[in-house]
Amino acid sequence: MSGVLVVMDQRGGVMNRMSFEALAAGKQLAAKLGAECSAAVLGESGGGGGVGNAALARMYSVEHALLKVYTADGYVGALEQLVKKVEPTHVLFPHTYQVRDFAPALATRFKQVLISDVIAVHDGPVFVRQLLQGKLNADYRQTGSGPCFVSVQAGSFRAEAESGEAAVEVFVPAIDAAQIRNKPGELFRESTQTVDLSAAPVIVSVGRGIGEESNIGIVQELADALGAELAASRPICDNGWLPMERQVGSSGQTVSPKLYLAVGISGAIQHLVGMKGSKAVIAINKDEHAPIFEVADYGVVGDLFEVVPALTKAVLAAKQ
Amino acid sequence: MKILVAVKQVPERDAQIRVTADGKWIDEGDLSYTINEPDAYALEEALQLKEKNGGEVVVVCAGPERVTSTLREALAKGADRAIHIEADDLGERDTLGVAQILADAVKAEAPDLILTGLQSDDLGLGQTGVVMAELLGIPHATIIMQVEVVGAGLKVKRELEDGWFQHVEMPLPALLTIQSGGNKLRYATLMGIKKAKTKETKTVTAAAASGAKAIALERVYLPEKQKKTEMLTGTATEIAAKLVEKLKFEVRVI
Repeated sequence: MSGVLVVMDQRGGVMNRMSFEALAAGKQLAAKLGAECSAAVLGESGGGGGVGNAALARMYSVEHALLKVYTADGYVGALEQLVKKVEPTHVLFPHTYQVRDFAPALATRFKQVLISDVIAVHDGPVFVRQLLQGKLNADYRQTGSGPCFVSVQAGSFRAEAESGEAAVEVFVPAIDAAQIRNKPGELFRESTQTVDLSAAPVIVSVGRGIGEESNIGIVQELADALGAELAASRPICDNGWLPMERQVGSSGQTVSPKLYLAVGISGAIQHLVGMKGSKAVIAINKDEHAPIFEVADYGVVGDLFEVVPALTKAVLAAKQ
Repeated sequence: MKILVAVKQVPERDAQIRVTADGKWIDEGDLSYTINEPDAYALEEALQLKEKNGGEVVVVCAGPERVTSTLREALAKGADRAIHIEADDLGERDTLGVAQILADAVKAEAPDLILTGLQSDDLGLGQTGVVMAELLGIPHATIIMQVEVVGAGLKVKRELEDGWFQHVEMPLPALLTIQSGGNKLRYATLMGIKKAKTKETKTVTAAAASGAKAIALERVYLPEKQKKTEMLTGTATEIAAKLVEKLKFEVRVI
C-alpha cells in the first residue's frame, strides 16, 4: 500500500469546486508522507481529462454506464474495486452531500471509519476536525490497518490552479444493474430563487438566539437601517420563521458581503462555511465561547435584545 | 409498517463545555443532555408516517443509564416501544463499533424502515446511519426532507447543496438519514407523558467492544482563533456607538 488517492466529486460532468480543495489536501498529505498523489473521477466515460494537474502521478477515469447518474451502490461498488487495485494508504474526498451519502459505506467495506469533515492535516498524519458544532477541535488518528478514508471540509484547503495534464488511466469496474437498489430522479429546485444573497453588500443574519418568531422584527429593523438583506441560520428557516431562500450555510446560500452582521448565531460549522468569506464579520452573542467569534472581526458578548435596538437607533442617527 | 428510529443523546446546545484535564474528552460531570436534534426530526417523520400508514414506531438508543430519559421523552411523543442498548463505553467504540451494536439490536426487530438523524450535534461524523445500512445489507438514502410510501417501496426527497433536491425511489427495508426542517417537531402532551409510563422499554446489553478501533480521538482542545477579534464592551448604548464608529470608518458601510 502506498500513495494518496483523491476521489473528485462531479455531477453531470461539472466538477464540484470542493474537489480541487480536496486535491490540494491530498497533495499536502502526500508530501508529508513522501508518497505520490493520484486522483479519480467517476462517470459514464471520458472523465479525468482537462482537470489540469501535471503534479498528479495518475488520473483514474472510472468509467461505466451505471455511473452516469450517481447512486450509492454504483459508487461504492466501483470505488471498492478501484481502491483494491490502486492500494492507496489514504483516500481523500471533498465533504460534499454526495460524498456523505456513500463514503461511510465504502469505508465500512474495508472495516475502516471515514474521518469526516477534516479542517487540517498535521504530521503523523493527524487529522483535525470539529466537535460540538465547532466549539472544540479534535485530533484524530487512524488506528486500523486498511486504507484511511478522509473527507475534507469546504474552504479549509486552498485550491491551486495547476497547468499540464496528468496521465489518464481508464478503469472499468464490474458493476451489475441488479446491484443498484435505488432509482434516482432528476434534480430540481423548489422555486426560482428570488433572493440572491450572494450579491448583497451588507447582510444582517439572525440565529437561534432570537428565541421567538415575533422577535425577528428587531433584526429586520436593523437590516432596514443598514440597507441590508436579512438572512438566517438553518434553525430559523427550519421553524418557518423566515423562508428557506434566506438561509446562509452549507444547505443554503454562500455569501461574501462587505459586512456580515451575525445576531444570535452560534456559528455551527454548517453556517460558517456559508459566510466565512465575508470581508468583515460582526457577531453579537450572549455566549462568549460561541464559535462565531472565531471568525468575527468585532465581537459583542451581550444581550441582543438590548444591543440590537440600540444599534438600530445609533445607525439611523449616524445616517441623518 | 414497522419503523425503528435510532436516536442519540447529546449535551444540551447551551452547555458550557470544559475539556478534561487529560485533554481526551469533555467533562461530563455537570452536563445536561438532550435528544440529538436531527434525531428528533427522524422521530417526528416516523410518527407522521405511522399516523398516515399505520404500524409501529420503536425507538432505540445506545448509551449509559442517563439515555433512558431521552427514550422516555420519545415514548411520550408517541413512540410505541423503546429499546435501551446498555453501553457505558461508547467513547471506546468508533462509528463502526456503535453502528454494529445498533445493527445487532435492529436485526432482532426486522423493521421495514430505519430512520435516524443525518449527523450528531456532538461528534458530527455524520455516518452512523449509512454504516448501519451497510452492515445490515439494506439500501439507504441520506439528508432526506420528505418520505412517501409508494407501493411496496418509498419515494424520498433528498436535499443537495445550493437549493437543489432530488427524488429517489427505493425498495424496503431501507434506512434513511433525516435532515432537520422537513416537519414541525411536536411536543409531548400531558396525556402522552402519562401513557409513556405504561409503554415497554426493553434493555439489552451491548456486546463487549472488540478493542480494535479503526480511528481514535487523541485530543480535544479549544480551536485557535482564525481572526483577531476586537471585543466591544460597555452598556448597550456605548456598544452601539462603538459599532457605528467601526461601520463608518473601518467597514465603511454607512
